[in-house]
Amino acid sequence: MANKVVYAVYEDPDVLKDAARKLVTAGVKVRDVFSPFPVHGLDPIIGIKRTRLGIVSFMFGLMGTSLALLGMWYFMVHDWPMDIGGKPSFSLYQNLPAFIPVTFEFTVLCAAHGMAITYLVRNKTLPGMPARNPDPRSTDDKFVLELRSEDNADIDGVIGVLRETPVFEINERQY
Amino acid sequence: MNFSMSKRARTISMALMVVGIAAALIGIIGDHSEGHQHTWAALFVNGFFFFGIALGTLYFFALQYATESAWSVMVKRVYEAVMSFLPVGAIILLVVLLAGSLGIHHLWHWMDVNVRVPNEADPHAFDPAIAEKSAFLNPVFFWVRTIVYLATFILFARWFRRQSLEMDQRNGEQLVASHLKNYRRGALFLVFFAVFSSMMSWDWIMSIDAHWFSTLFGWYVFSGMWVSAMITALVLVLYLKRKGYLPQVNNSHIHDMGKWVFAISFLWSYLWFSQFMLIWYSDIPEEVIYFQVRINEHPWLLWGMFFINFAVPMVLLMSRDAKRNPRFLITVATIIFIGHWLDVVQMVMPSALGEHFHGIGALEVGLLAAFLGLFIFVVLNTLTKAPLTPVHHPYLDESIHHHT
Repeated sequence: MANKVVYAVYEDPDVLKDAARKLVTAGVKVRDVFSPFPVHGLDPIIGIKRTRLGIVSFMFGLMGTSLALLGMWYFMVHDWPMDIGGKPSFSLYQNLPAFIPVTFEFTVLCAAHGMAITYLVRNKTLPGMPARNPDPRSTDDKFVLELRSEDNADIDGVIGVLRETPVFEINERQY
Repeated sequence: MNFSMSKRARTISMALMVVGIAAALIGIIGDHSEGHQHTWAALFVNGFFFFGIALGTLYFFALQYATESAWSVMVKRVYEAVMSFLPVGAIILLVVLLAGSLGIHHLWHWMDVNVRVPNEADPHAFDPAIAEKSAFLNPVFFWVRTIVYLATFILFARWFRRQSLEMDQRNGEQLVASHLKNYRRGALFLVFFAVFSSMMSWDWIMSIDAHWFSTLFGWYVFSGMWVSAMITALVLVLYLKRKGYLPQVNNSHIHDMGKWVFAISFLWSYLWFSQFMLIWYSDIPEEVIYFQVRINEHPWLLWGMFFINFAVPMVLLMSRDAKRNPRFLITVATIIFIGHWLDVVQMVMPSALGEHFHGIGALEVGLLAAFLGLFIFVVLNTLTKAPLTPVHHPYLDESIHHHT
């Protein structure tokens, strides 16, 4: 039997949230939601796990801190000690205040870029990647809820529940 | 729902005042400095710290109006209550400043006329470097400035409070009109505050070291006041929630207040470090003397308070769960609160007492407790005067449904 995917299109994020809550209470598994902007409070309703992007960002930041300090130790202290304004030039520790601005900038640079790139890779939205969006209108003013028959055995019953919510339209596809 | 001060809160605030004053008296007996300089300095430290909390709150309140923020509407009474300490703090500051101006103590060395004008009777007191600055640092101009700052702050605070209570009675068009008026007044206050907060720090704190100067000093003091204000408001809201008040304040509000503590701790650290690094790097004698005294004589105080105010909030408040956990937030907030008090101590004490300052003792801690008791009493007392949740506000509904 072919698998079936159902896209329920809503016109309002709050209406969609209420519908999602109703579906989940009825035991339906919602696969994903496509929306023009982040809908606050939707993630816990449809059971999406908390993002670990913050942890990734922290680790990239730590990497930036260590790389910056290591680099400056090598350039300014170890390989060719630089005497700038009579500051102690043979020790990273004693010269630390002078290295803080660069360390700070490099930490932010690594954390921000690392986080942004991780985000794009994980979402498969790097520039040039094919769009996975099922309905182009969800980038404009529609909110689309995705349900799959592999998650929900009684997909026709689910459509019945969907019709009880103020849904704008329901599209079914085989895949 | 109106707040009523519990018997326990009343007892605790009274006990803090009594114990604090007793400890401070012991400290005063042990204070053998000339003109009881140490006592006056400790009074100034605590007076300024709590005044700064009220002023930082007034600033944040005006900022919420000027940016038309919706989320904070639910907790605006808490900010108003903290603001009500402003006149009390101002009186303490006026007493210390007046005593200095009358020559009762010498916290502000430049206030002595013999320092600025050569005098045959006491030729050694004359200080040409300070005399050069007397166009700015002279008693008349100083008092004009001080009165203008305090009057501006107090008048705006009273106006905001009155307007906020009047808004509760209004509806429809009138309500929107009040809101827009608040918006304009908030923005106007920020203009005054931007100038006065900086100048105030030069006048009251930086001029204790009349020879020393730092262009960043005003911002550094301002960010310290701001973060102390954020901590105080957060602790108060958590206290009220625990007592069962403010039922509509949800996790997202708490989270946002935690974010403010986290963010402004960084602002403070950034400004403190910027000031420190430039002075350390250029190593110019007249500038670096400020840090030399602190690093050589009071390294634990200086580095300890920097560690508490920078590393503690950074590491402990970074995660989302931490900012949504009331017990954890209260613990961290208390630590940073003490950290910022230590910051004011190290700002004032080594400059005011020089080699006579031997670390924090009964005087400082006693007065801290006494002022904390007074502060708690004044703030909680103001909270009882109006409904804890605003009755009418254009953004009330949005604030109730605040979700991040």
